[in-house]
Amino acid sequence: MSVNNCYHCGADCGKKSIEFNNKYFCCNGCKTVYEILNANELTCYYDLESTPGTIPSDINGKYNYLENEDIIERLLEFNDTETSVVEFYIPSIHCSSCIWVLENLSKLNQGVTISIVNFPKKLLRITFKNKRTNLKELVELITSIGYEPYISLEDADSKTNNVDKTLIYQVSIAAFAFGNIMLLSFPEYFEVDEFWLEKYKHLFRLLMFTMALPVVFYSAKDYFISAYKGLKHKMLNIDVPIALGISVLFIRSSIEIFLDIGSGFFDSLAGLVFFLLLGKFFQQKTYNFLSFERDYKSYFPIAVSLIKNDKETNIQVKDIKKGDRLLIRNEELIPVDGILINGNAAIDYSFVTGESVPVIKISGEKLFAGGKQTAGAIEMEVISSIEQSYLTQLWSNDVFNKSNEKTIKNITDSISRFFTIAILLIALFGGVFWYFYNAAMLFNVVTAVLIIACPCALALSAPFAFGNILRIFGYKKFYLKNSETIENISKVDTIIFDKTGTITSSDKSQLTYFGTALTDIEKGCLKSVLRASNHPLSRSLYEYLEVDTLQEKPSKFNEILGKGIEATINDFNFKIGASSFVEAKAVAVNETSIYIKINNEFKGYFLFKNSYREGTKEVFKKLGAHYNLVILSGDNDGEKEYLEKLLPKNTRFQFNQKPEDKLDFIKKLQENNNKVMMIGDGLNDAGALAQSNVGIAISEDVNVFSPACDAILDAKLFNKLPEFLILSKKTISIIKASFVLSFCYNIVGLYFALTGMLTPVVAAILMPLSSITIVVFVTILTNWMSKKL
Amino acid sequence: MEVVYITIGVSIIVAVFFFIIFIKSVKSGQYEDTYTPSVRMLFDDELVKEPKKHIENQQE
Repeated sequence: MSVNNCYHCGADCGKKSIEFNNKYFCCNGCKTVYEILNANELTCYYDLESTPGTIPSDINGKYNYLENEDIIERLLEFNDTETSVVEFYIPSIHCSSCIWVLENLSKLNQGVTISIVNFPKKLLRITFKNKRTNLKELVELITSIGYEPYISLEDADSKTNNVDKTLIYQVSIAAFAFGNIMLLSFPEYFEVDEFWLEKYKHLFRLLMFTMALPVVFYSAKDYFISAYKGLKHKMLNIDVPIALGISVLFIRSSIEIFLDIGSGFFDSLAGLVFFLLLGKFFQQKTYNFLSFERDYKSYFPIAVSLIKNDKETNIQVKDIKKGDRLLIRNEELIPVDGILINGNAAIDYSFVTGESVPVIKISGEKLFAGGKQTAGAIEMEVISSIEQSYLTQLWSNDVFNKSNEKTIKNITDSISRFFTIAILLIALFGGVFWYFYNAAMLFNVVTAVLIIACPCALALSAPFAFGNILRIFGYKKFYLKNSETIENISKVDTIIFDKTGTITSSDKSQLTYFGTALTDIEKGCLKSVLRASNHPLSRSLYEYLEVDTLQEKPSKFNEILGKGIEATINDFNFKIGASSFVEAKAVAVNETSIYIKINNEFKGYFLFKNSYREGTKEVFKKLGAHYNLVILSGDNDGEKEYLEKLLPKNTRFQFNQKPEDKLDFIKKLQENNNKVMMIGDGLNDAGALAQSNVGIAISEDVNVFSPACDAILDAKLFNKLPEFLILSKKTISIIKASFVLSFCYNIVGLYFALTGMLTPVVAAILMPLSSITIVVFVTILTNWMSKKL
Repeated sequence: MEVVYITIGVSIIVAVFFFIIFIKSVKSGQYEDTYTPSVRMLFDDELVKEPKKHIENQQE
């Protein structure tokens, strides 16, 4: 490891590294973590992985609300006055060192008895003694070593719903029965009239029947329920022929063994249910560390500091009333709309709009909920309750309340309608024919048709294709909520993009200088002046200027909030700030800029421009050929001209869109039968994401929260978007091809059924064979297609 | 050949026994986190390091 990299977090230390114990650190935070770990003999944290740490964030009274009994009670999972159990979600868990140090928390705090990490879910579960420590102490401890837990009441409330394991039980029962029944029915496949077989076959058959019972009545019960629901809504979904097939299989087999006609089809029955459930199981791919259902509540803090009679108390966000006076600390989120009373407000609205350059407010100005304070503590007065704030109002829209009932028919269901009718007709004609030809065979043929036509292969192709694509996408960092999303993506004809944060990247804004060129001396002086300022724009400009700062400090320095800086250094008099402050003519009205005046002479201005994501032009060009493209932005039209040049001609632009406007815009498109995909990032897109057919959230860091959506795309892969869309479309073609294949199997099967030759052994071969080939077919094809990704 | 009753009976009892054990292990959450234990088992030894620099560090 080079000397210039922080021993704790691996970041570049820059010129001012801090030395401690012959180790170098980039900041005091990192050094403190090292000190804590070193003092407690936990330094092998650094042996397990090099530079495993993260810079700890400021605590400073942030967790005072954890003294509130009410909140403690809701957060604790278990509490019997002596010991308590609590579970935290910690986004910064990322390596084995993290697991190690967090599981050795008892070395740092005597009150901790057990701490266990669940790495895939990034959860830490702590059991602690109430007498020796408390929740606030624990949270402050893990925050101080760089593992800030993410605490939200929504998560605390939803803790009770456990993972549904029913499907696992259903699959395992079916698998158990399938294997054992197969074994027991094997002797009879060959119909040898052997003495011992004759003697024991009744026992074997009875055992098979017993094992088939839980398969039909427990494992397969969802198919019956779904078929019943489908019929009730006059829909012939795929589960109708499946349920029909299963019941016919079971009834005919039972009749056969009890009337001693034959050995029945219990092996095929168990195999069928097993394969079907396996498909269902495979289709479920959940990303434990992601959430697709979050609303503003999970962004917002649990509690805020209320100032009353000069005293600070902590209240829960939902109890905030109009007229309350709140204290918002550095890096805290503003939970409600309000008016700034005092303090240095630089609000980062990147959660809301995706714009990360902070907005400066002076006292008396309105603050909107959802912004993050970035420059010290401020005081504000509340003007509306949390539900009535500008941003949170959006969630009272119907879109967020509509139940998730499946309204769209999926590809399998739409084909099953014809399939079911065709099967019933074939069974009918077969029945009529045999009735006149040989009535004794009637029952045999009709049931055989219904059994063999049971669309196992048909029902399996979509789940396996979707499940596989879902995994491939997830591996490529495009996370889909469920497999239906793939189908919806393939139907999309209009794609809507949010601008800021979606097609622009929020972390780096570009600075351009316009005006008389500055000399290096002037630049040096300017940089020295900026060093004294904490204003976020000053900080960015400071980073941008590539000259050395002077040794001297400004002899005069005066920062006027919301306006600019006036300073004197080395005989230069600087006026830096807004156009009105510098008394210069505003050139770029709609854009963020810093104007510079030296010795009363206007020099020029620095313009902050959002940089567009890499490959934006290509992405739009590729997509423009197949889709209608729309830019739907909450910003002003300052960059319209530039965008028009950059993007294809058929792109439409809509600026100054409020969150509700975005939602309504999509609604209108949908009324014109357009299938809309919305790509956005901030909370202000939440309505649009929910309303659209497919909502994709772009995220710089997938562990940080994104609004409720159908899919989350890693921002670095924005340029891959067209490929993802094409692949989704191809998947549908693959499924259609596999349908053809499974029809072929059905035709072969129907031949056996209609000629009355369907014996248990034929069914036992045909059923698994068709299922397995279909699964192999779609898996190989989808893998092959996604190779180019 | 009456022994068939016994062998079949025993085999089914054994199969059901394993099945029940499997269901129990699912229920207890054994399969919920299949990654962390694999890392955790490699740790145990490191902690044994005796506090040799103990006094020096107490000053902080």
